[in-house]
Amino acid sequence: MGAVSEPRLTTSGNSRDYRDVVLVAPITVPYVRYSIRSAHWFVAHALARLLKESNLNKADIDGLSLGSFTLAPDTAIGLTQHLGITVRWLDHVPLGGACGIVALRRALRAVQAGDAEVVACIGADTNHVDSFRQSLGSFSVFARDAVFPYGSGGPNASFAFLTSYYMRTFGATREDFGKICVAQRDNALGYPHAMFKKRLTLEEYLGARLIADPIRLFDCVMPCAGAEAFLVMTRQRAEALGLPYAIVRATCERHNAFPDDPIQIRGGWVLDRDHLYSAAGLEPADIDFVETYDDYPVMSMIQIEDLGFCEKGEGPAFIRRHSLTTDGTFPINTSGGQLSAGQAGCAAGFLGLVESIRQLTDRNLARRVPEARFGIAVGFGMITYDRGLCSGAAILSRAAV
Amino acid sequence: MIPPLLRPKRKNPILRTRLPLLPPSSRSRAALGLTAAAALGRFELQVCGSCGIVQYPPREVCHGCLSGALHWREQSGSGELISTTTVHLSQDPYFRERVPWRLGMVRLDVGPTVIVHLHVGCAPVPSRVRVGACLDKSGQGVLMAFPIDEVPNMADDTQLREMTCDPKFRKVLVTDGKTDVGQAIVRGLIAAGADLVWVGYAEPWKKIPGFAALAALPQVALLPLDLSDSRSVKEMAGEIGGKVDILINSAEVHRAQGIASRSGIEAARAEMDINYFGLLRLAQEFGPVMRSRAADGQSSATAWVNLLSIYALCNYPSHGTFSASKAAALSLSQCLRAEMRAGGVRVINVFPGPIDDEWNQTLPPPKLTPEALAKAIVNALKDGVEDIYPGDVAQEWLARWEESPKTLEREVSV
Amino acid sequence: MTENPLVSLAADLLSGQIRVVDLTQTLSSAFPQIVLPPEFGQCWPFRIEEVSRYDERGSAWYWNNFSCGEHTGTHFDAPIHWVSGRDLPNNATDTLPVQHLVGAACVIDCSAEAAADPDFLLTANHLQRWEAVHGRIPPRSWVLMRTDWSKRSDPVAYQNYDETGQHTPGPATDVVRFLIDERDVVGFGSESIGTDAGQGYHLKPPYPCHYYMHGAGRYGLQCLTNLDLLPPTGALLFCAPLKIKNGSGSPIRALALVRGEDHKGG
Repeated sequence: MGAVSEPRLTTSGNSRDYRDVVLVAPITVPYVRYSIRSAHWFVAHALARLLKESNLNKADIDGLSLGSFTLAPDTAIGLTQHLGITVRWLDHVPLGGACGIVALRRALRAVQAGDAEVVACIGADTNHVDSFRQSLGSFSVFARDAVFPYGSGGPNASFAFLTSYYMRTFGATREDFGKICVAQRDNALGYPHAMFKKRLTLEEYLGARLIADPIRLFDCVMPCAGAEAFLVMTRQRAEALGLPYAIVRATCERHNAFPDDPIQIRGGWVLDRDHLYSAAGLEPADIDFVETYDDYPVMSMIQIEDLGFCEKGEGPAFIRRHSLTTDGTFPINTSGGQLSAGQAGCAAGFLGLVESIRQLTDRNLARRVPEARFGIAVGFGMITYDRGLCSGAAILSRAAV
Repeated sequence: MIPPLLRPKRKNPILRTRLPLLPPSSRSRAALGLTAAAALGRFELQVCGSCGIVQYPPREVCHGCLSGALHWREQSGSGELISTTTVHLSQDPYFRERVPWRLGMVRLDVGPTVIVHLHVGCAPVPSRVRVGACLDKSGQGVLMAFPIDEVPNMADDTQLREMTCDPKFRKVLVTDGKTDVGQAIVRGLIAAGADLVWVGYAEPWKKIPGFAALAALPQVALLPLDLSDSRSVKEMAGEIGGKVDILINSAEVHRAQGIASRSGIEAARAEMDINYFGLLRLAQEFGPVMRSRAADGQSSATAWVNLLSIYALCNYPSHGTFSASKAAALSLSQCLRAEMRAGGVRVINVFPGPIDDEWNQTLPPPKLTPEALAKAIVNALKDGVEDIYPGDVAQEWLARWEESPKTLEREVSV
Repeated sequence: MTENPLVSLAADLLSGQIRVVDLTQTLSSAFPQIVLPPEFGQCWPFRIEEVSRYDERGSAWYWNNFSCGEHTGTHFDAPIHWVSGRDLPNNATDTLPVQHLVGAACVIDCSAEAAADPDFLLTANHLQRWEAVHGRIPPRSWVLMRTDWSKRSDPVAYQNYDETGQHTPGPATDVVRFLIDERDVVGFGSESIGTDAGQGYHLKPPYPCHYYMHGAGRYGLQCLTNLDLLPPTGALLFCAPLKIKNGSGSPIRALALVRGEDHKGG
């Protein structure tokens, strides 16, 4: 064919580490199904809670990283005037399920380089009655041209293709996915901010309303309004403020990995996991919990494979082998994940990070993972056409390990 | 096995008529290239002129080498069906009314993975399929996967029928069924399964050979209709407009004259009065009611066909005033198309070359027979395309015009 | 002081002793129109387009624009209409003497003959037999050929075409010459679509009524109706064309005055 450059299959492994930059003040603005407020309201309340949690003043915040889909026509800059903050570092990260990891990576380097001292990383979105349908129609050029006119099933249809292909290729069953959903619901029952409050049985999961086969009701998240946030600052500042903190051992990020795969069965983590673990000085067996980005249970299974916990295609066997609740052999989504906590737009990209920080600073709202030292938060998303373009992950640890 | 379409039951007159909705119609300019090709019945994708990579979804530059030299090229559409789903919950009101809706994901042999509407005759995954392009109900190009081999009742797939204008079980108005072309169109529609054909005719005292036999066919209902008479059009629209599913405007006045070859404007005015103003009268009286019936059950209002002429694109000076009247009709039909799209009714323009009739008597062959023209029109309805150029002369004119309109202008003016 | 007959006429009109008879077909797009072979220029049929009707196009009024040929509907032919009259003085609708537009009407009843034969030709013999009963046709009067053709309300029957052309009754060559040379009539009127018979093309000369009448500076009336309500003699005909500059004719409102006792029908 022609001059097409081959994708780079490995990272250089020369990234700097994250010593002396830490994460504090994990907060949640409780989710509601529908709100008449704009996204700005949720951003503002996230900021207020960050200040309360950290005992800082608004003037102490000199960096802002914002992940949101429903701010239009504003972007992050509009919020500076709206909220009355003056910052010397600003980022707008509308990357859905990956915005938490991506915002984290930017903010860490900013503080490390001295470009900012305290960066607020906020994921927030509102949800009006018609928000979801409107956002689907204008999500991306490719979605508008080549996906939405085909049944308008939204991501449910896109992931139905993927789930069906994965099941056929690797022998996953609906019971395998159901196990993930049931376990996450169990975890959610211990989390006060979860949207879902009732136990879910496997029978209910299997017999639920058909959305786009094989996807049924409990494979889908519930879109809602809310916010998640944390602060990034130097270790010295955190200790001076007396704030408990979590450490970042390693991160990775990759966009449009494997563009020639006919359909998505793997994400960019395959390219980055070796560097991720070696930079952290860890192996998969060292990880105590995984906060996957669970827009659909098949993606949790794929992330488990791609992050090295088992081989590609062995996801079903892995799930069958383990118990996935907070007290189990392989805890996944300890606050319920977005499948049970709800998907508040871009806040869902922060959900795993915020829960990880809580688990690793003993500031749990959900049930505690016993003796948790290391956790992985995963980012994924942005199905602009037929596959999630973004992938990312962060390995976090306790302060004193 | 695709169940064959059955004749629909009579409509319950006290029930409200379902109003037409449209599938999402927003497209980028690059993506409209797919629509433009589908309007002509072709499946085309962008191919990079530098490195040859086939692109999908449509875009501005090649995703391989960044070249902007992307050219739309016809595709065979062959590929492998790698995944399917059926949507039961849709975010869009049009699809909401029509779920469950079958979709597929196809890996084309030429490279891209495409999301498609799935014809019910396709074999389960994994299987070979042929992807084609159709115009959906909002008149935008979409891809559909078809089985490799013909299966019985292919056209009756309910999803495909949303995109086509099949005359089967429908009622059709042919505005002039008296001419040879009109009579051939009527017979073609009946052969294609139309339930009822209103045959419009003006000047009842003029007896034309073949017309009496046509009028005796069981599917035919004669309809006095004079497109030069607003009152006549209004009255007939009042009488039958609410039942017309397909309107074929075959009425025309054709004189073989230019400007200098005849003094006075009387004949040219007669051409404009039927060819242009006749279309306008019809559109005003029949358009709104057809638009409102575009989702009215299985035999909904679905298409409006204009018999134009290849001379609408480039004036043929020895038939100069006729050409001009057809050019005016072409422009107006584009206005009509925009207005009818809002209801999901397809406007189909037919651009034949010279027809083998009395006004083209002195022209040498090749000339289009009325039967060939009628067949092309029926096929256009079955395929749901927008513009057809039937016959060798029309095809050649089109190729020359597309390459260089100014050169063609010179070639036809002696 | 002599009595003014017009004053008593006005009084008689009021009292009903003198009745007004409408000899005019309604102008509508449904009325049949003369059709020539396709190579020739055509006379426009009557067409009407609404301008406004108490609506957004004009809130307090209703009006239309209409179009038609000079020879549409019940109409008048002026001498300039035919090649034989083209050079005569005062031969157009705006120049012909208006004195000619009111005159005595002689109604020749050919309704039985026309019913039996659509190609019936009125001959000089037939006319002289009429004169034997009703008296000599006065000079400068109008001769109207009653055929009851206007009662054919179906346009196809009114046109009466077959593969050999149109079949409607009219005058023979000899009666036309007789009426001009021997009786000095001012004009000839018929109920069908032409003053000449439908097959008049085949007479010698073709269309003799047009040829000789207009050639002699006389006039024609076509598509008349209600001739069966007129007495054979004694009616007064009004038939004024529009004053069109250089016009060859125009649709008219043809009216006749008749005495009450002569008026047939209700």
